[in-house]
Amino acid sequence: MAEKMTIGVLALQGAFDEHEAMLKELAADYREIRQRKDLTDDLDGIIIPGGESTVQGKLLHDLGLFEPLRQKIIQGLPVMATCAGLILLAEEVSNDKPLLATLPVRVRRNAYGRQLGSFAADGAVAGIGDYPLRFIRAPYIEACLATEVQVLNETAGHITAVQYHNQLAMAFHPELTHDLRIHAYFLEIAAKRKKLALGA
Amino acid sequence: MAEKTEGIGNRYELNKNLAQMLKGGVIMDVTTPEQAKIAEEAGACAVMALERIPADIRAAGGVARMSDPAMIRGIQEAVSIPVMAKCRIGHIVEAQLLQAIEIDYIDESEVLSPADDVYHIDKRKFAVPFVCGARDLGEALRRISEGAAMIRTKGEPGTGDVVQAVHHMRKINQQMAAIASLREDELFEAAKKYQVPYDLVAYVHEHKKLPVVNFAAGGVATPADAALMMQLGAEGVFVGSGIFKSGNPAKRASAIVQAVTNYEDAELIARLSENLGEAMVGINADEIQLLMAERGR
Repeated sequence: MAEKMTIGVLALQGAFDEHEAMLKELAADYREIRQRKDLTDDLDGIIIPGGESTVQGKLLHDLGLFEPLRQKIIQGLPVMATCAGLILLAEEVSNDKPLLATLPVRVRRNAYGRQLGSFAADGAVAGIGDYPLRFIRAPYIEACLATEVQVLNETAGHITAVQYHNQLAMAFHPELTHDLRIHAYFLEIAAKRKKLALGA
Repeated sequence: MAEKTEGIGNRYELNKNLAQMLKGGVIMDVTTPEQAKIAEEAGACAVMALERIPADIRAAGGVARMSDPAMIRGIQEAVSIPVMAKCRIGHIVEAQLLQAIEIDYIDESEVLSPADDVYHIDKRKFAVPFVCGARDLGEALRRISEGAAMIRTKGEPGTGDVVQAVHHMRKINQQMAAIASLREDELFEAAKKYQVPYDLVAYVHEHKKLPVVNFAAGGVATPADAALMMQLGAEGVFVGSGIFKSGNPAKRASAIVQAVTNYEDAELIARLSENLGEAMVGINADEIQLLMAERGR
């Protein structure tokens, strides 16, 4: 019998409702993280949604969440990040300053240009299979900065999804689809870590 | 290698998706690249580029038109967040020009002088997304049927008086609740009453919400105003004249952004509201001659 898990959803700005709807469908408990007091030690994972990375980065600082969240991720808290979330995690941002800088990749913000450059594509995500990809003023990954970074998807010649130990990050938006498989995969990562922690 | 898939239906979905990314955020009116940078640094999730903010449009009188494309480009170059701009209601060509300079969102706005007193733009013909104002559910669903990918309340722009935005938000929500409570066979009559397509009424009946994101706009001047609109069900807030007509724009903008994220935390909003300097002077919405919200139904 699996232990009960609670996933934190960073709810500072952006499409966090959509992630919560996916978690609800997967019958996973979640809590919105809006302030320092919401970021408790009982969380088994955290989702950083799409939105504007400049806004989320500023609010992380203003609300005293920045360093505590960064430490949790470094210590192994499973994190799933989409679009702006990927930018928040990236160690390097080629056209902006880095924020949490926990994921050894270099990303480019607004890599496809303005809203007219937003697009949908069909692609395969490693370990998942064919998956509908939606890119909204999206970034892409220019380079992986550590050998352990696993590439999960390349679209139109650029890396758009990676996993690095506890960190799962993608430029596209599974929360804008009806396909639960990537969220289910993230819950597996969180469950494995919880099992390890309980066994230790 | 993954292929891009394209199509008008798909484009509309992508455009609605961009509005979803703006949720929980504050969109700020700016008139210069410097203001745009201040707004971005204060945490705006997008900026609305316009030559004059609504309070000044009101003061100046005369015909208010789309802004100079060079001015909009200057703002596009200054910031990395989405840039919106306004065209006049029904002005197809102003919208085409805004699309040509790759604006991220067009606001077909009652703040400018209407170019057409009957027809709105057929927004389905455009690749860039549109946001439109609405005072009630009928207006909102009519704009959506024309292709709007995002809705905002009209409020009464340029007044610093939030009463109309509150009125519009409550009305839209009450009307949606009323539709949600109907029997299915009553929806046809509701579509007739609201003068909107049946499919959109059926969507509201099933989901108890609009099929696009709904922000508050018009008269928001303080962190408390912004939090009020969020508590009433807005998914984000436009702040027009309220920021750059105030004493300390950077501080006020940052406070409004935090108040929108933590709109239920009164202690935090009280702290954020301390020493913000002069709020915009404001005009009571019932003391003014020109009701912009009456434009475009």
